[in-house]
Amino acid sequence: MLLPYLISWLVLLVLLGISVLSAYLPLGGFHPLANFGIAVIQAAIVFAIFMRLRDPPAIKWVFAGAGFFWLLFLFGIGVIDYLTRAGFPAG
Amino acid sequence: MVELRPEPQYATLARQTETAQLGMWVFLATEVLFFGALIFGYYIYRISYPDQFLLAGQDTKLLLGSINTALLLTSSVTMVASIEYVKRDDIARAAAALFITALLGFAFLGVKGYEYVEDYRDHTVPLLNFLLKPSQHPPAELFWLFYFIATGIHAVHLSIGIVAVLVMAFHTRHRRYSAAYYSPLEVLGLYWSFVDAVWLFLFAAIYPLGRAG
Amino acid sequence: MTAIAEPVDSYLTAESTIASWLLTKDHKRIALLFFASVTAFFFVGGFAATLIRLNLINPSGTLLGPDLYNRMFTMHGIVMVWFFLIPSIPATLGNFLVPLMIGARDLAFPRLNLASWYVFNISGAMAIYFIVAGGVDTGWTFYTPYSTLFSNSHVMAAALAVFVNGFSTIMTALNFVVTIHRLRAPGMTWFRLPLFIWSIYATSIVMLLATPVLAMTVLLIALEHGLGIGIFDPALGGDPLLFQHMFWFYSHPAVYIMILPAMGVASELISCFARRPVFGYKGMAYAVMAIAIIGFFVWGHHMFVAGISTFAGVMFSFMSFIVAVPSAIKVFNWTATLHRGSISFDAPMLYALSFIGLFTIGGLTGLNLATLPIDVHVTGTYFVIAHFHYIMVGGTVSAFFGGLHYWWPKITGRLYPEMWARAAAILTFLGFNVTFFPQFILGYLGMPRRYYAYPPEFQVWNVLSSAGASILAIAYVMPLVYLGWSLLWGKQAGANPWGATGLEWRTTSPPPEHNFDRTPVVTEAPYRYNPEDGSYVTQDGVANG
Repeated sequence: MLLPYLISWLVLLVLLGISVLSAYLPLGGFHPLANFGIAVIQAAIVFAIFMRLRDPPAIKWVFAGAGFFWLLFLFGIGVIDYLTRAGFPAG
Repeated sequence: MVELRPEPQYATLARQTETAQLGMWVFLATEVLFFGALIFGYYIYRISYPDQFLLAGQDTKLLLGSINTALLLTSSVTMVASIEYVKRDDIARAAAALFITALLGFAFLGVKGYEYVEDYRDHTVPLLNFLLKPSQHPPAELFWLFYFIATGIHAVHLSIGIVAVLVMAFHTRHRRYSAAYYSPLEVLGLYWSFVDAVWLFLFAAIYPLGRAG
Repeated sequence: MTAIAEPVDSYLTAESTIASWLLTKDHKRIALLFFASVTAFFFVGGFAATLIRLNLINPSGTLLGPDLYNRMFTMHGIVMVWFFLIPSIPATLGNFLVPLMIGARDLAFPRLNLASWYVFNISGAMAIYFIVAGGVDTGWTFYTPYSTLFSNSHVMAAALAVFVNGFSTIMTALNFVVTIHRLRAPGMTWFRLPLFIWSIYATSIVMLLATPVLAMTVLLIALEHGLGIGIFDPALGGDPLLFQHMFWFYSHPAVYIMILPAMGVASELISCFARRPVFGYKGMAYAVMAIAIIGFFVWGHHMFVAGISTFAGVMFSFMSFIVAVPSAIKVFNWTATLHRGSISFDAPMLYALSFIGLFTIGGLTGLNLATLPIDVHVTGTYFVIAHFHYIMVGGTVSAFFGGLHYWWPKITGRLYPEMWARAAAILTFLGFNVTFFPQFILGYLGMPRRYYAYPPEFQVWNVLSSAGASILAIAYVMPLVYLGWSLLWGKQAGANPWGATGLEWRTTSPPPEHNFDRTPVVTEAPYRYNPEDGSYVTQDGVANG
């Protein structure tokens, strides 16, 4: 009964190891992507397994997703200004 | 003994329990945006000053951060274990698992505190003793501001979680919860694992920076 | 109609000790507690507005002088936005009506609901503290770098008051969302929900997803002002515009937090007093949700001249035009509801009709402001002030008063004096327009906002505006008097004085402690009114008249 949790725990620790190792690999500009991608996978495991998203009510999927979905608005729209603005950062 | 009857607005206790969990999920959605706003600011500055952030990030304590990540991941396991035990009416093990969870939380805070001391020795604490290293420019300090604000707010969340876990550990030991009623434990478990998940994102944003080449 | 005796066990009379009020878990009592708090803050904010208008009668602005004037308009803004407008309709009428309208016995989390009121009052006490300690002079927007590097006023206390206030907002919104999802009576499907519930739902979504960003933003401002950490400080490479992005990510949707509940109230009132079903019910429901979501894409129109990129400006301008589409759908549908209705001009309807007119003017001038080149001309002037007061005061406050009159018999069990109420509604409309229409002209002529003094040629319009404000003040105090009077001497209202269809009218006035003796079973769509003979079918299927 605790087995799924223990397996997930091992997977999470392995992912942590990969994340740390990747920091030392010559990935160039892909470092943030690698670290962030691993964090997303880890968080997904925590959400799905430890937070038992599969139990009812199903509507909690919507709320679990809504926060992240809305965050895309802040990041996606907010970053447009910074990618197109001249003069920041100064110099 | 807790009276096993739903509040008047609920038809059944099961529905009340489910609804309590849903309430926590809605709250966690707000927490996503709370931390998200901070991380948004962080990444805006990071794409604006990529080199300075990598230089500053080199001085973070990757080993301590990794140990802390492992501690938190483990505490999520003990947290769900306590729920599984209480479902089986194994009260002694459930209470023990909760105490271990709180202990792991304390261990995290201890390591974090030690890490802050190390940061102080490295002159990376804004306001107190921040010094620019050779080839660093002022934006490097922005990195450390975000580091302290983000880890500080996370630590506040974790401390709230530890207090709640301890309270529930005592409640469990006094048999306030049983296989028939353990809704507060489940709700708290959601919060605990969420604080864990937040740390995973903070770790990815803060620690593994500027180590290659 | 024979007077029905007030039930002995109504929520008002079930218990009468002070503790039974302060520790109540009943959503109806908590609604009244909130009502007391927000009314108090309405008059605090109104006091500041009075001084502002008095100061501006004279071009030299000698009454307050520059510094006190700055503190006064900041206090007016902070108090009115966070301590009146945002909780106004949701925490009072919403709290009272959400369970009643969906046929529930209470909100999902009654203790959280009470906690929300206490947290609100704690933040209110913090607000009173920063006011008494000397105030804040940054404007309600706390723009950096002024707020963080230069202001010597109580920025930290004010920012923390707003931070704590956000917890109250989130608690209430969380309760509404979960309640609407989980506690609807049998048969109350999503598309049988009254539009007031739809609007409260949409509002709560915005509250939940925007307020945390504000919380983080004001926390950073408090830290930066209090400790000088410099996260928005250009000297470290920080960007003051980042603050504005984060602030407006909340504060633009906050406008929808204020107006969406008002739209819900208007839909209920217009349908009932025109005796016609709301035209395009589903479109109205989708429109509130669309406004709530698209409202998150437009925040940059507050920053057109602040230095954001031209590309971002064009994009935000375009998105601002898009959000006008669902708003226009709402206005057209209200108008279409009136068409061929059997309209009676009771006081709630007068407020609702002023709402439509004033909201339309406020909304259309919003399109002027969303147009990049026009915004460059009128940004930071009284044109903006007039625009958002048409939305927030003309729109939200009118609807709040309309809703208060409409549900007053349900809340108290008493009828208010109709003639006095009509007089107050008409006076509100007149006073409002006399106050704020001249400000459009002032702004167009170039008078900037937040200035304590101005060139003498603007005096005529300013005096007119101040004169209107005094009419408005009388119109706002009047309900306090006659509604208070009705508590003691008003006629018994009976369960359903307006002949309305919602479930809230299917229980006694005032309702019993747990709302319904038996859980109602919903079989009908809302608003089944017949304009031919004024007959109606309630949502639980009872035909009348």
